Amino acid sequence: MPLTAEAPPPRQDSADGASTAPLAEARRVSRRRKALRPYLLSVPAVLLCAGILYPFFLGVSYTFFDFSAQNPQPDVVGFENFATILASDEFWASARVTLLFALSATALETVLGVGVALLLNRSSLIDKLFERVLIVPLMVAPILAAIMWKLLLLPEVGWIRPIAEFFGVTGYNGTDSPVMAMVWAIVVDAWIFTPFVAIIALAGLRSLPKSPFEAASVDGASWWLTFRKLTLPMLWPYLLVAVIFRLMDNLKMFDVIFGLTSGGPGDATTTLQISAYLEAISYARYSRGLTYMFLLWALVFVISMILVKYLRRIQDRAAGV
Amino acid sequence: MGPTTETTTEPMAGPATSAPAPAKQPPTSGSTANQRKAQRGSATGLLANLALVLYFAFSLLPVLFIVALSLKTNAEQTTTYLWFTPTLENYQTVLGLGDGGSSYVRFFLASLATSTGAVLVSLLIGIPAAYAAARYRFKGSEDLMFTLLSFRFAPELVVIIPLGVIYQQIGLYDTIFGMVWVLQLVTMPLVVWILRSFFQDLPAELEEAALLDGYTRSQAFLKIVLPLVRPGIAAVCLLAFIFAWNNFIFPFTLTSGDAQTVTVSSLAFLGGNQVRFNLVAAGAVMAVLPPLVLALCIQRYLVRGLSFGAVKG
Repeated sequence: MPLTAEAPPPRQDSADGASTAPLAEARRVSRRRKALRPYLLSVPAVLLCAGILYPFFLGVSYTFFDFSAQNPQPDVVGFENFATILASDEFWASARVTLLFALSATALETVLGVGVALLLNRSSLIDKLFERVLIVPLMVAPILAAIMWKLLLLPEVGWIRPIAEFFGVTGYNGTDSPVMAMVWAIVVDAWIFTPFVAIIALAGLRSLPKSPFEAASVDGASWWLTFRKLTLPMLWPYLLVAVIFRLMDNLKMFDVIFGLTSGGPGDATTTLQISAYLEAISYARYSRGLTYMFLLWALVFVISMILVKYLRRIQDRAAGV
Repeated sequence: MGPTTETTTEPMAGPATSAPAPAKQPPTSGSTANQRKAQRGSATGLLANLALVLYFAFSLLPVLFIVALSLKTNAEQTTTYLWFTPTLENYQTVLGLGDGGSSYVRFFLASLATSTGAVLVSLLIGIPAAYAAARYRFKGSEDLMFTLLSFRFAPELVVIIPLGVIYQQIGLYDTIFGMVWVLQLVTMPLVVWILRSFFQDLPAELEEAALLDGYTRSQAFLKIVLPLVRPGIAAVCLLAFIFAWNNFIFPFTLTSGDAQTVTVSSLAFLGGNQVRFNLVAAGAVMAVLPPLVLALCIQRYLVRGLSFGAVKG
């Protein structure tokens, strides 16, 4: 056995006590090595983080320059980028669009997801069948989902126009109007990500204890009362995880909107990510684009900090009860 | 204890004691109530099934549509009706079967190479880090975990613009290696967070027992721990692959031809002066298939994977 070549593990003879000096020395060395071990294991990951944080901080520093494709030798301009962007109507318009999209899409996905999970939790035959199909949209690349929907919504190609006409809707024009462009962007996002909320809610529902529900049913509590007073509070720690993931993702959603409307018509669906993309890539005004991005990043960061802290409190409370 | 005390405590102990409830009602009215309840139950059950069917119609509509469109001929691509003679011509055109391969095949292979590379690098770096974070309490461990998590939530363009500048300078722009590196932003947080939750599920006594048996720490890890989390690692591999494959914004901004992936190239069919909807559809169907097939293999672990180990399904 190759194992015998190794020095005996210190734990094995700890019963003898620290009688001999070399043994104690060996133990001290091994303890130091032991203390060092997690750091050694993490070194590659830390280096990788550093490799990613370097461009991030480089990007943050660009926000204080007037760096663009036309101006490759940038000068320091201080907070000028922030001042002009925060004073511009475009920024506040896209901030509004970002929040409108993110909050509506997250709300729709949460409500639909919980609904689907409740329906699938009855575990009848039809539920088992549907559960397999449920995740299909979630595995489609968001950009491809956006393209699929773009074609589906095209009046001359897609099936939505005939469906709309069947239900008597006249003047269907796809994503041509500002309001409908936003509505469809939210629907497409919900199409992809409702299953995400649903499978997490379903896992939560299945882990809930049975006895409170049996008791409520014996008491003759209505379905709505049971849902509001029992299911929802107990499900909340699970649901919150899904909501946090969805809100963070939707605040920075790029693929769905870019693929579906590219921010149009006009600036009806121009979120901060789209604005930053237009500034930085299309117009090659890197510093301005990065300032947009940094402001969005700060928003996402603050919201995620608050939500994660809240989640921990909820989870601690759930574990304590 | 007399009957008086029993009646006073009854409302309090209501949920636990089921016996008094039916006793109060005469048996006849109880059975009609049950019948009514059962009737209402079947009605709501029907409504529930209807709601489910509606949701799944919504869920599958775009998929069915895109498959149908991909089978239509040029003449029929701008029609919305369902009855047509299906053809595989579009798939042949996209794959360039007649004329010795097409750029789509190259993009497909680039997707395969970048995604596989990204997963391998993430595993190599991520497994030790995940194990350290699960087993040891050490300074900076949580900082590392949350730095990784913040990558998941940060808007990608914050990194893309400076990275594009750096990549142009050091020649990593539009290379497979450059993409593997940048995709770590997507795959690494996933791998570390999910694997940590798998490592945490194993009792620490397992390694302690192995140490007592004379194994070294690394032997205990390689021979005892690693085989036990093998299903977890497999699931993480596939999920990370799916995420890397489905990513759009990184290849879209940091490649232009050689390392371009299928997600980007599917947009290209939409450009130009003559849009071929049926080719777009055929390209999209083929790009969607690999992640879909892989996802069906790891459905058991999907909840835990997608929630970064926060919810154990």
